[in-house]
Amino acid sequence: MITGRFFAAGADRRIAITIFILLAIAIIVPLLNLAVSPTSAFYVPSYVVALTGKYLCYALLALALDLVWGYCGILSLGHGAFFALGGYAMGMYLMRQIGSRGVYGNPLLPDFMVFLNYGELPWFWYGFDQFWFAAIMVLAVPGLLAFVFGWFAFRSRVTGVYLSIITQAMTYALLLAFFRNDMGFGGNNGLTDFKDILGYNVQADATRSALFAASAVTLALAVFVTWAIVGSKYGKLLMAVRDAESRTRFLGWRAENVKLFAFTVSAVMAGIAGALYVPQVGIINPGEFEPSNSIEVVVWAAVGGRGTIVGPIIGALVVNAGKSWFTGVLPAFWLFALGGLFVAVTLFLPKGIVGMWDSWRGNARALRAASITNPINGEAGTDPAVPPPPKIVRSAARTPGDWSASGPEPQPAE
Amino acid sequence: MILTRAIGLTLLLLLGMLSPSNAAEADLRAIIAKFATASNFSATEAVVRELAATGDTAVERPLGALAEGDLYVRKADSLVFIGKAAGGSVELLDPLSGEKSGDAAKSEITKIKVNNTLRRAVRDALGTLTLGAKDPAARIAAADTMFKTPDATNIEPLDAAIASETVASVKALLEQARAASVLVSDRPEADKLAAVALIGGRGDRNALSLLTAVEANSEGAVKDAATAAIANINSTLALWDAGQNIWYGISLGSVLLLAAIGLAITFGVMGVINMAHGEMVMLGAYTTFVVQEVIRNSFPGLFDWSLVIALPLAFSVAALVGLVIERGVIRFLYGRPLETLLATWGVSLILQQAVRTIFGPTNQEVGNPSWMSGSFYIGQLAVTWNRLWILVFALGVFAVLLYVMKRTPWGLQMRAVTANRRMAASMGIRTPWVDALTFALGSGIAGIAGVALSQIDNVSPNLGRGYIIDSFMVVVFGGVGNLWGTLVGAFSLGIVNKFLEPYAGAVLGKIVVLVLIILFIQKRPRGLFALKGRSVEA
Repeated sequence: MITGRFFAAGADRRIAITIFILLAIAIIVPLLNLAVSPTSAFYVPSYVVALTGKYLCYALLALALDLVWGYCGILSLGHGAFFALGGYAMGMYLMRQIGSRGVYGNPLLPDFMVFLNYGELPWFWYGFDQFWFAAIMVLAVPGLLAFVFGWFAFRSRVTGVYLSIITQAMTYALLLAFFRNDMGFGGNNGLTDFKDILGYNVQADATRSALFAASAVTLALAVFVTWAIVGSKYGKLLMAVRDAESRTRFLGWRAENVKLFAFTVSAVMAGIAGALYVPQVGIINPGEFEPSNSIEVVVWAAVGGRGTIVGPIIGALVVNAGKSWFTGVLPAFWLFALGGLFVAVTLFLPKGIVGMWDSWRGNARALRAASITNPINGEAGTDPAVPPPPKIVRSAARTPGDWSASGPEPQPAE
Repeated sequence: MILTRAIGLTLLLLLGMLSPSNAAEADLRAIIAKFATASNFSATEAVVRELAATGDTAVERPLGALAEGDLYVRKADSLVFIGKAAGGSVELLDPLSGEKSGDAAKSEITKIKVNNTLRRAVRDALGTLTLGAKDPAARIAAADTMFKTPDATNIEPLDAAIASETVASVKALLEQARAASVLVSDRPEADKLAAVALIGGRGDRNALSLLTAVEANSEGAVKDAATAAIANINSTLALWDAGQNIWYGISLGSVLLLAAIGLAITFGVMGVINMAHGEMVMLGAYTTFVVQEVIRNSFPGLFDWSLVIALPLAFSVAALVGLVIERGVIRFLYGRPLETLLATWGVSLILQQAVRTIFGPTNQEVGNPSWMSGSFYIGQLAVTWNRLWILVFALGVFAVLLYVMKRTPWGLQMRAVTANRRMAASMGIRTPWVDALTFALGSGIAGIAGVALSQIDNVSPNLGRGYIIDSFMVVVFGGVGNLWGTLVGAFSLGIVNKFLEPYAGAVLGKIVVLVLIILFIQKRPRGLFALKGRSVEA
């Protein structure tokens, strides 16, 4: 992590700026939406608030994935499951808030249960009429699933692509399960038709702005927490596990505990993202468990730059803005663009946007440093006798996760 | 099963009906026309006997209609029709062919009246008629019908038929039909006990339902015998059910094997996670579709050969695409398995969308050649031809692949590269070539899997999506880099899945299997048959 130390001051400043920007938009955007008249040039329309609020939730999800993938080397293809579970917990609370205003007017049972001839509320729906209970479940359900899953997987040293595949199988199994009508989660229609959150109308502009502000603040908080984790001694351990798991283990650390911690924290973050997402889009259905959704999250993190904190946020915002633009203008080409993005990022941009920026900045700075130490009138680059120092710095800053690779050769999957 | 059986029966009956020549049909029509002139019941009965005397199974339809009271005479031209009430009017059907030949108001036609004597005469005539049919299949069908609708009056015609029957298997069926009739008659108890024993020996679902009725309606020794026979049949049927489940499981396993076997090569030999594998399967299926379209439009006679023609083409198409992917993308990502996974996922999205753009998002119709449609029975086991062929095909592909891997120089090089890449390279093996060809081979195998899967699945751009997770599960479960592991993995997963389905339902069964695999990987992270070696993870 030579680059990390090299630009330590710069990285910290970047985190501070990100948190500042997030807190600022948490205040400014709702103000511009609510207090400014719709005719003004500074007015932010409600749909933009809702859309960017959604993007912020995606950014939080991408940040959660980055914590395990970028810093701990665990490529989880099942983070959409934690996101959706958090969303379902929030959705259940919102369903209970509908009360007797549903289509069937049943004061206790949500509409779909009346429709499916449920006699009484299933036991796991009890307590969800209280916000505090739902909030605990938003944290507990994804966290517990991740803990149990990770405990089994990491203890038996399921690593690399095997782990990716079984996380994908996990979200696939949950997808199938939630599609079933008799699971008690609304089957393939999911939960929708929400009315109130904490007594306020979900559709109202003020509530939407509040949810937007909550998303931005939560994201800022998550950035801080991630930064604190990554910067601590534990964070160093995470990266050690990422770069050389066996070596870390031989040094006496329990690699499985390190990974389990990161995985669980990340799942909880994903769950919170889902809980903030659901009231803003107004629906949660089993489609959120689709394995393809989880893989899309991976590409957000990859585009922005994994192993950085700001990267996944930028990636999620850029890719989703691109998706919204494409599906509006050229709907048939979005999948081509997304597929091309997967290929292009892995081939040409392995460190993502932020990583490229850093290495470009690093090169520039090192070149400047070289030209100062070499008083040969800026001919350092052309003189073959002088080995350019920037190369040495660059070669040490490896792509996260490729420490184990002995070279560009296929490795039999053992 | 009952449905297929019913369809089979109808087909048999139709076959029996198609046999008479046109001359005989004219004779029959002449006799049927006499119904119009018959003025009383005895005259009608004479016509019935005359019809029965022809011994032609085609008279079943008019006679059956007569017994039901559905035979009408049109007043205008004294022609005889089968009538079916349709709203206010009556739909007129031809008495022999059953085809629609017009409508009539109720006032335009007269019903041919029947009484009980006449009905009995018709039934006897029908019984003896089909029991005496020349075609054994028609006689089997008659025996089957009589078995399902037992009646004491059937006993005598059956006795006569049994006496004159020469084919042993048909005779056994006739005896069972007679036994069924004996059970509903007022024959002595000893006869009934013998009949229960005879029917119990039949051991299928029809016997079961018959005996259940007998158990409910009789008492004493007959009831006890029926209870015992039912228990006996139930245990036999449970065995057959288990057999049927195993067959379904093997069938699912063969599908999984086909989908996973190419993956076993790319994943096992090269360690490449090819998320676009499912799309190779899809490309194979679409190649089959294109081949069939060309054949339909230009060479309709070759349709039965369409799959055989599609096989090499699908292999080439998928292998070529695989080669392009390997040279264009994967080559640069060796040693970075997670990135390979992402890049191939991107490739899969592009391929899917490309196919969607070219062929449209809807399902395409791929037909079954004649030798792949239909089904047959082994005992109580229904086996469809296409599933059987797919099983044979999957095993064939497996055998060929095993031969290539173990007996050809190319396979030797592949295995050498798997075991120790650097040593293989120093022995002069061009490992990049081996990689590219191995990937092409794996993709090509996926392509021919697509040909087979197009026969049982919807050919849509999403075809591959459904198989990718299952295929990975099979490969990981069986053990990476081991073809036998893939074989065992595919069949055990298929069978476990089908055995769970009756208890848990299809979806829950699948979930349980996924959870079991996840737990299994905890226990044996390298699968059932792990490669043994000294390589340590970095």
